[in-house]
Amino acid sequence: MIYFDKVTKNYNGNGAAVEDVTLSIAPKEFVSIVGHSGAGKTTLLKLLLAEERPTEGNVFYESIDLNDLPLSALHHYRRKIGMVFQDFRLIPNKTAYENIAFAMEAAGRTDEEIRTDVPYILELVNLSDKAMHFPSQLSGGEQQRIGIGRAIINQPEIIVADEPTGMLDPINTYDVVEILKKINELGTTIIITTHNKGVVDAIGRRVVTMDRGKIVRDDNQGQYAL
Amino acid sequence: MNLDWMVFKRVLRSGAKNFVRGGAVSAATVLIMTVTLAIIGTLVFLSALLSFTLNTIKEKVDVSVYFVTTAHESDILAVKDKLETLPQVASVSYTSADVALATFRERHATDELTLQALDELGGNPLDASLAIRATDPEQYESIVNFLEATPALSAEGASIIDRINYAQNKDVIDRLALAIRATREVGLFIVLIFALASVLIAFATIRLAIYSSRDEIAVMRLVGASNAYIQGPFIVAGIITGVVAGGLVLLLFWPASWYAGAKTVSWLGGFNLASYYLSHLPLLFAILMGSGIVLGALASMLAARKYLKV
Repeated sequence: MIYFDKVTKNYNGNGAAVEDVTLSIAPKEFVSIVGHSGAGKTTLLKLLLAEERPTEGNVFYESIDLNDLPLSALHHYRRKIGMVFQDFRLIPNKTAYENIAFAMEAAGRTDEEIRTDVPYILELVNLSDKAMHFPSQLSGGEQQRIGIGRAIINQPEIIVADEPTGMLDPINTYDVVEILKKINELGTTIIITTHNKGVVDAIGRRVVTMDRGKIVRDDNQGQYAL
Repeated sequence: MNLDWMVFKRVLRSGAKNFVRGGAVSAATVLIMTVTLAIIGTLVFLSALLSFTLNTIKEKVDVSVYFVTTAHESDILAVKDKLETLPQVASVSYTSADVALATFRERHATDELTLQALDELGGNPLDASLAIRATDPEQYESIVNFLEATPALSAEGASIIDRINYAQNKDVIDRLALAIRATREVGLFIVLIFALASVLIAFATIRLAIYSSRDEIAVMRLVGASNAYIQGPFIVAGIITGVVAGGLVLLLFWPASWYAGAKTVSWLGGFNLASYYLSHLPLLFAILMGSGIVLGALASMLAARKYLKV
């Protein structure tokens, strides 16, 4: 489904953020990418989202070579991916409801679909009562649940989560991990980066370990090993 | 089609919401845009005042052709008809010798000595004349050239034109023509400079407002929104800013022109700002709203586009 073929990424000659990475991810997998800060985890995700282009090598999504995607066609590709960010990145002047609805609007879904799907997702992330709150009126955990709601609303084939629990306390972290596991059980591929040992161990699935831009371990039933 | 309409509606709604929720930022943008449009509006008034003044001065200039006392009125009127066919002639007015005498007597009604001298002369020493007004002061020379090239002759074959007062007026007319042209050009230049400066300020303000949304734009890209769908609401908010500012300026100009007009009408040589405002309301509306909408939309589009390359 996803295939990194000998991918290297250099930022302005400051050494390689990702170096000669070859990695394949199958549908319905739940992959945790772990490593210290600066190990290249986030760069790997940015390459997958085509937010960055590789200096060398190719990234494939199914049969699409992301190098060949023009800027004008990127949004079509990104609708297949639900993105969850460490800092939530909700749109500040939109309510919780509108933030989730925005992803549907952007994908060209009808008003009726939005009216039925958004309340359902709000219920799923347990925030129906805060639908009309702006991000500044929500706690970190609540914002991240809205962020996950936004990521899953279009039923994407993959969810990519960059340190989704990085700014959350243990209870909220547990909630987020449980929600992600549930989404994975429903058939969505999930790729998360984290350096939280508890999260990796709680998930108990494939773990890819990175160090200084390279993949140093790839365990099918992994544990946090750094 | 249906889908386009849905997208259009969403962009409109989202733009309006952004504008309202923008709060202080929207208010500041409207304020700057209002100042910009007020400057543009003032420039419209100034250029109207300039044309009015130049026209008033232009109307004070004419060239008179004096005819010999023996000239027949029909010959003079034939010259008048000929002149009126020239495109560069705005008007020609005929003053007969009798009318000239009556006017002279009236003007010197208190001047006993002059009237006495006139009576002693006997008959009418004054010439009939044609006062010619050109469409443009620069055209007088060609009108005079025309008169000299096609001399008006009496039945006896003698020229009936006594003199043309162009030669002694030439210097003044030339200088005036130059002054009018220079004032126009300098005026236009100043108007353009001011307009450009205010446009740049409005642009910078809108860019700054959108700069604060750059992260938001990046997120929209990553969530899969197309560029047009991201830019649309910003452009709508920009247009709303322009319309609100344009409306404010139109509202403010009414009492301002009324107040300033009453104070300055005699000083400006009869140019009344308030009546200009009223008689040119559609023009002012079109200029202010048009500039507001174009400025708001263009500045927003360019500013938002800068952050779309994610």
